[in-house]
Amino acid sequence: MPTTRRAFLQTSVAATAAGALLPTALRAATAEPASRPIPSSGEQLPIVGLGTWITFNVGEDPQRKDECAAVMAAFFESGGRMIDSSPMYGSAQPVIGYGLQKLGRPKALFAADKVWTSGDGPAQIEETRAYWGVPRFDLLQVHNLVDWEAKLPLLFEMKAAGKLRYVGITTSEGRRHDLIERIMRDQPLDFVQFTYNAVDREAEARLLPLAAERGIAVIVNRPFEQGALIRRVANAPLPGFAAEVGATSWAQLLLKFILAHPAVTVAIPATSRVDHVRENLAAGGGLLPDADLRARISAQVRSL
Amino acid sequence: MSEWWSYSAEDFLLFSPRTYWRMFELQNEAYWPLPVLTLALGGIVTFLAARGGANFLRSAAAILALVWSFVAYTFLWTRYAGINWAIAYVAPAFVLEALLLLLIAVRAGFTVQPRGVVPWTGYLLLAFATVGVPLLAPLHGRDRSTSEIFGIAPDPTVIATLGFLILLRGRFLWLLYPIPILWCLLSGMTLHTMGDAQAWMPFTAVAVVAAAAIAAAVRRPSRTPA
Ligand SMILES: NC(=O)c1ccc[n+]([C@@H]2O[C@H](COP(=O)([O-])OP(=O)(O)OC[C@H]3O[C@@H](n4cnc5c(N)ncnc54)[C@H](OP(=O)(O)O)[C@@H]3O)[C@@H](O)[C@H]2O)c1
Repeated sequence: MPTTRRAFLQTSVAATAAGALLPTALRAATAEPASRPIPSSGEQLPIVGLGTWITFNVGEDPQRKDECAAVMAAFFESGGRMIDSSPMYGSAQPVIGYGLQKLGRPKALFAADKVWTSGDGPAQIEETRAYWGVPRFDLLQVHNLVDWEAKLPLLFEMKAAGKLRYVGITTSEGRRHDLIERIMRDQPLDFVQFTYNAVDREAEARLLPLAAERGIAVIVNRPFEQGALIRRVANAPLPGFAAEVGATSWAQLLLKFILAHPAVTVAIPATSRVDHVRENLAAGGGLLPDADLRARISAQVRSL
Repeated sequence: MSEWWSYSAEDFLLFSPRTYWRMFELQNEAYWPLPVLTLALGGIVTFLAARGGANFLRSAAAILALVWSFVAYTFLWTRYAGINWAIAYVAPAFVLEALLLLLIAVRAGFTVQPRGVVPWTGYLLLAFATVGVPLLAPLHGRDRSTSEIFGIAPDPTVIATLGFLILLRGRFLWLLYPIPILWCLLSGMTLHTMGDAQAWMPFTAVAVVAAAAIAAAVRRPSRTPA
């Protein structure tokens, strides 16, 4: 089957005006990820972001903080924008703040964080903001739906007052999808974040179609199941069909599987390595698999 | 958190093994050459315990109180709590244990276990905590710089204390056991969740203490018939 039938261009999903003007080969070469609009505003967002759970929790270690800053530098250089964190992630927030300061506060940053424990509210958000050193967050999400009845109104209030740009909720690993679905139906959310990958496809049934229908941007967390998917495929050769979408590694193929779903806005793999962040961002450029190829990727990973 | 049953220990592990072991490297580096001194203190505690006699034992308890508070502040509070927010709640427990050790140092009120397998277990734990634990780093394929040292890192400090406690007999001594035992379980679970083979070490310490406690309980009635 010719490549054109197996794979389709990013532009057929949605792409930046600039990206659409570039020939595919060139975009792949510059390793820039494509962009998609946030439905509630139309703002374009590169489809690969950066998670910070575990990887950025390095404490006060100057050497490791510099390594994280290098990952962030490579992330912005490769055209990334969204960095996601949470008060739950130990020292990840101050480490992000350190990196942003070191990089001269990159304009491209799309700062996404969360409100977490039920006891916390505005004070925690303020503490989080101070860690990042940003004037305001682009996105705040209710982490794992903790105390969402109280936290969502707080976030909507902040948005109305111009102290926040977007509001979202998160879950992971298939937890509480019923409640997520209900909140997606009832609340004017800008973003929803959940787990979706070649093995964990539960979101395809209801959440992804509902997000598309309601115009809610989707952030996909745990694209590699915290590295477990990478370990699972580590000893298997990269299938020949990877070349059809220009994937040069399993990580890229796994990411392209996720990004090819039209309801996905951004996937946020976490990494502690500069070469991996470049590889992940590059997966957001060039071709993406069509339905048939996606089915084969999923089947292949599941068989391993 | 609802649906708590769907969470596993992995969901609460907030750091990578690399970051975990790097803490010990940084801790040793930050206080160098103090680790040499605390290692010597571990030897002194073992010596004092072996000498027996109320004043020797009280000095040993005082040294242990000192290193517990040092580890509580320098390692748990200022280092470990930075990558694991739950440790901020553990550090005060270490201070409490230090106070309890100080209390027995001041008030005495204990005697040494009669000779036999129980005190020997105590000496064994003390020796293992001071000399054995630092060797685990190279044995488990880690750099020597990540070695856990008595008085500098929690595990050897806690295990040495358990060894010391086993040597003693006294009415309120049981009050000193929960914090070190719970620490060993927490440390073992953390290492196990990290997939680190060294999880055997704190778990074995607990098993040894439990066995010694049972042995002591079994012996006691025969020595003091009702
Ligand atoms: N409830 C919630 O709100 C929630 C829950 C879970 C996650 N999240 C968010 O989602 C983000 C991502 O999820 P995650 O951190 O669980 O894990 P993940 O992104 O699925 O996997 C991260 C692991 O993949 C490895 N990796 C990344 N890129 C790679 C590449 N190109 N090649 C090989 N290995 C690669 C990393 O190792 P290296 O460091 O060696 O690259 C790391 O160990 C989190 O950081 C967090 O921001 C949110």
